[in-house]
Amino acid sequence: MAELDTSSGGGKKGGKVRSKKASTKVDLTAMVDLAFLLITFFMLTTTLNKPIAMDIAKPDKDDKSDARLELRASQTMTILLGKNNKVAWYMGEAGKSAPTVQSFSEVRKSILENKQKVQAASGKSIVMVIKPTSGATYKNFVDIMDELAITGIKSAPAIDDVNITDAEITFLKQQKLL
Amino acid sequence: MPRAKVQRKSTSIDMTAMCDVSFLLLTYFILSATAKQPDPLDVKLPSSSYKIKVPEKDIAILTIGQGKVFFEAAGQDIKVATLKKIGEQYKINFTPEEEKRFSVIGSFGVPIQSLKQFVMMDGPARKKSGLEQGIPTDSLNNQLADWILQSRKAVAELHSEGMRVSIKGDSEEGYPVIKKIVDILQKQKINKFSLITTAEGGSK
Repeated sequence: MAELDTSSGGGKKGGKVRSKKASTKVDLTAMVDLAFLLITFFMLTTTLNKPIAMDIAKPDKDDKSDARLELRASQTMTILLGKNNKVAWYMGEAGKSAPTVQSFSEVRKSILENKQKVQAASGKSIVMVIKPTSGATYKNFVDIMDELAITGIKSAPAIDDVNITDAEITFLKQQKLL
Repeated sequence: MPRAKVQRKSTSIDMTAMCDVSFLLLTYFILSATAKQPDPLDVKLPSSSYKIKVPEKDIAILTIGQGKVFFEAAGQDIKVATLKKIGEQYKINFTPEEEKRFSVIGSFGVPIQSLKQFVMMDGPARKKSGLEQGIPTDSLNNQLADWILQSRKAVAELHSEGMRVSIKGDSEEGYPVIKKIVDILQKQKINKFSLITTAEGGSK
């Protein structure tokens, strides 16, 4: 910032040649600017750097109670997570309809379509069953849970990595997804 | 009568006080921000569109990557209490100094047998020592389950809260490794846990 020279200006014309006294004042403006910039930076990074948590609930393994919910086959959509970032999904019972193989970017559309179809046909909301196989990576699992959240599926999805049927395994092997 | 001269005022303001205040604030923010421990296990987190923040208290973080598992319980008091409990269980006596050093270690992945040696090392030596092979999770020698159980007990005793367990997994980690850890959690009736992800830019 420019500082106006308001000193008397030590008349140069005539008189004694005085040694010029350097001002002891330092312009602190730039320093203050820098300090506030750093403050802003530190404040923003400390609050923005927090990781995000995705809450997952898995079915209880030792649950011996018989109160299990029956699911209508027409109401369920099963998504199998295979390797090479591919998924295979089918509606209804396993083995009755051939699964569709898709990539992660396409599956959202299918979820939305099926959600609407189930809603129109039965008036009930869709039930999702996610079956991650041994070929899937952790990222695939997080991605599919994220897709469910994005497509607005409220009911908790069933994450089932135990009951993968033989029919499903053969299908995945045929498609080279396992 | 001569005209009254309007006195010219200097436009410069004394910045000293402002500078003092801003640097005081800066120092405060730097010091109050807890120094982040470097993660011994380098993991690339997957991204998601979730918006829930990870709590800072009463939480245990399992870092999974390259087939290894690292463990961390948040909070120094919890760490010390957990170490005491685990020491009792494995009949290993930890000195107060070792406890103190352990309380500032972040995520670690050493078997309990070499923990004593590991704690007394300096930061760079820890990495070099090759002791960080991950916490054993075999069914015969399931130390991870013990760590989780003892830290849950410690949280319950000290804070009377339930401990949350979160999983910080590497994107490329195979699902079977994650499943193995989740199965250990489910054996302890932890059916709810959170997966730590990074925020995705906007809603894709």
